[in-house]
Amino acid sequence: MNAPMTAGYNFAYLDEQTKRMIRRAILKAIAIPGYQVPFASREMPMPYGWGTGGVQVTAAVIGEHDVLKVIDQGSDDTTNAVSIRKFFARTAGVATTTSTADATVIQTRHRIPEAPLTEDQILVYQVPIPEPLRFLEPRETETRTMHALEEYGLMHVKLYEDIARHGHIATTYAYPVKVNGRYLMDASPTPKFDNPKMHLSPALQLFGAGREKRIYALPPYTQVVSLDFEDHPFEVNRFDKPCALCAAHGVYLDEVVLDDRGGRMFVCSDTDFCETRRAEGHRGEMLADTPADGGAA
Amino acid sequence: MYVAVKGGERAIDNAHRLLDHARRGDPAVPEITPAQIDEQLALAVDRVMAEGSLYDRDLAALAIKQSRGDLIEAIFLVRAFRTTLPRFGASEPVDSGAMRIERRVSATYKDLPGGQVLGPTFDYTHRLVDFALAAGVSPPEPATAGQGEAIDAPHVTGLLDDEGLIEVNPGAQADHPVGDLTREPLEFPAGRDLRLQNLARGDEGFLLALGYSTQRGFGRTHPFVGEIRFGEVEVAFTPEELGFPVSLGRVALTECEMVTQFAGTAEVAPQFTRGYGLVFGQSERKAMSMALVDRALRTREFGEDVVAPAQDEEFVLSHSDNVQATGFVEHLKLPHYVDFQAELGLVRQLRREHAERAAAKASDAAAHREAAE
Repeated sequence: MNAPMTAGYNFAYLDEQTKRMIRRAILKAIAIPGYQVPFASREMPMPYGWGTGGVQVTAAVIGEHDVLKVIDQGSDDTTNAVSIRKFFARTAGVATTTSTADATVIQTRHRIPEAPLTEDQILVYQVPIPEPLRFLEPRETETRTMHALEEYGLMHVKLYEDIARHGHIATTYAYPVKVNGRYLMDASPTPKFDNPKMHLSPALQLFGAGREKRIYALPPYTQVVSLDFEDHPFEVNRFDKPCALCAAHGVYLDEVVLDDRGGRMFVCSDTDFCETRRAEGHRGEMLADTPADGGAA
Repeated sequence: MYVAVKGGERAIDNAHRLLDHARRGDPAVPEITPAQIDEQLALAVDRVMAEGSLYDRDLAALAIKQSRGDLIEAIFLVRAFRTTLPRFGASEPVDSGAMRIERRVSATYKDLPGGQVLGPTFDYTHRLVDFALAAGVSPPEPATAGQGEAIDAPHVTGLLDDEGLIEVNPGAQADHPVGDLTREPLEFPAGRDLRLQNLARGDEGFLLALGYSTQRGFGRTHPFVGEIRFGEVEVAFTPEELGFPVSLGRVALTECEMVTQFAGTAEVAPQFTRGYGLVFGQSERKAMSMALVDRALRTREFGEDVVAPAQDEEFVLSHSDNVQATGFVEHLKLPHYVDFQAELGLVRQLRREHAERAAAKASDAAAHREAAE
């Protein structure tokens, strides 16, 4: 134990009854991949929309020997990731890390780590709107029926209309996937770049939506197929240049505005991946221009 | 930049320290105490208890102090505390008919058993700023009724009930315990018990606007205030090991019973219908709005068409909770830059393709002109 637990609260904040309730929902979600299981989401000491679903799932699955990593936008140092990591360090006293390889539980918002995950890891997603059909049909009563009947024509029509209007499918994140050949699932607002990482992943993937009171899951090695058409196959976002700091290709990059004269640099969104590569000696074209310790920019 | 940099942890700690400092304000001004908030900003405490759905004046007053007077933030603090409390059971239903009435008015009868009791109210005050209050004044002693006897005031709707003029309130069903949306996820269609629980916890402003919309024609219900009453009621609990109810204390409640649009068919004689509002503390605005929306949400029950927002159960119940709403609206200030990057990439690509098409069209047109010359 590297940190004291907060007096008056149970391990990982939630009481054991609540954890059991959440675990039952998780087990059901694992049994029916991609199906949204309603659960009695609790009020958490952080705001709805800021990861309360992910936090509840993490609290329900984490044990005292787990090692937790929390990322937001791929980074361990974004404000909300720091806040959630501190929350578990304080309420569960678990070890935390920024290293993807060392973590046993990774809670994430908007990204999947670049380094491949293993069977010994759980990836917990924070989900704002779990219903992939929500923006096509706002009513829960309707969308639940559509899922029951596997009636997903509306989504294909939407993607087709994108192509008719723009020449491309204009969905770049929260790109819909079909899970295990049955349920249409919201990939949470990760860029579609990350969708292929969900497919046949060895890690257990759990999705928690606190405000909407839903949990869904991808058991290890589940088929996850991004929707597309034969003549418009699914494509991931591409970048023209490698990371300016670690020279990595084929990773997701953030655009950093350098000045008001159009200066831009592109750097890894996954900060741990980038730091690991730099430690291994990879050098991007702009590495010399930034502090060697990756410190305050 | 507030995210891309290292050192987020220290920045957060410093921001919170600054918040503590800002909360205190000018140290030359005496610090406010929760007791002062409880006594002198009592209606704010009422609102925080009602929407925080926890009856604890001290805690609500402290939450208001901690939140610098931001009531939704205070409600959030109370909710996050409430969720950690153990449940040892449900109380007996409270009897609002036996309320120790401080205020009770009816808009449907000029006089009635128990009388019209105005109590402490802003109604009929002239909204002139009282500059004397800034200096602090001792108010004159309140007038008293004399005998100090408890007022026996039967429910107005009970009087209508005796004549069969209003629909009968369903009684408690032993085989159907009252639902609790904080323990079970809300599913649609929701029963009236869950709808009322949702509205009682719902945002006052949201319910006010919805209730108002029904008055302006978006789902009219022809409401009359049968009665509004405010006062304390006793809360009793039956512990399993005792088997008889024991009193836990009293809570202050505002109750509103609306008498609304009558319904009837060839088979059933016409009767007025009901809308019901019940709120912790004193808030007639909230209780009345709740009663209007409760009735609007019963549209389907009376075989009417759902045409207005206030009648739409999914719309109302999914958006009434201000802790949920403020969290999700305000989460937009969290970083979204990986998603924005994806959109940026697409828009740039679409613009490039658009420019290429335009250029191709222009060169085609130029070639045509040359050929024609």
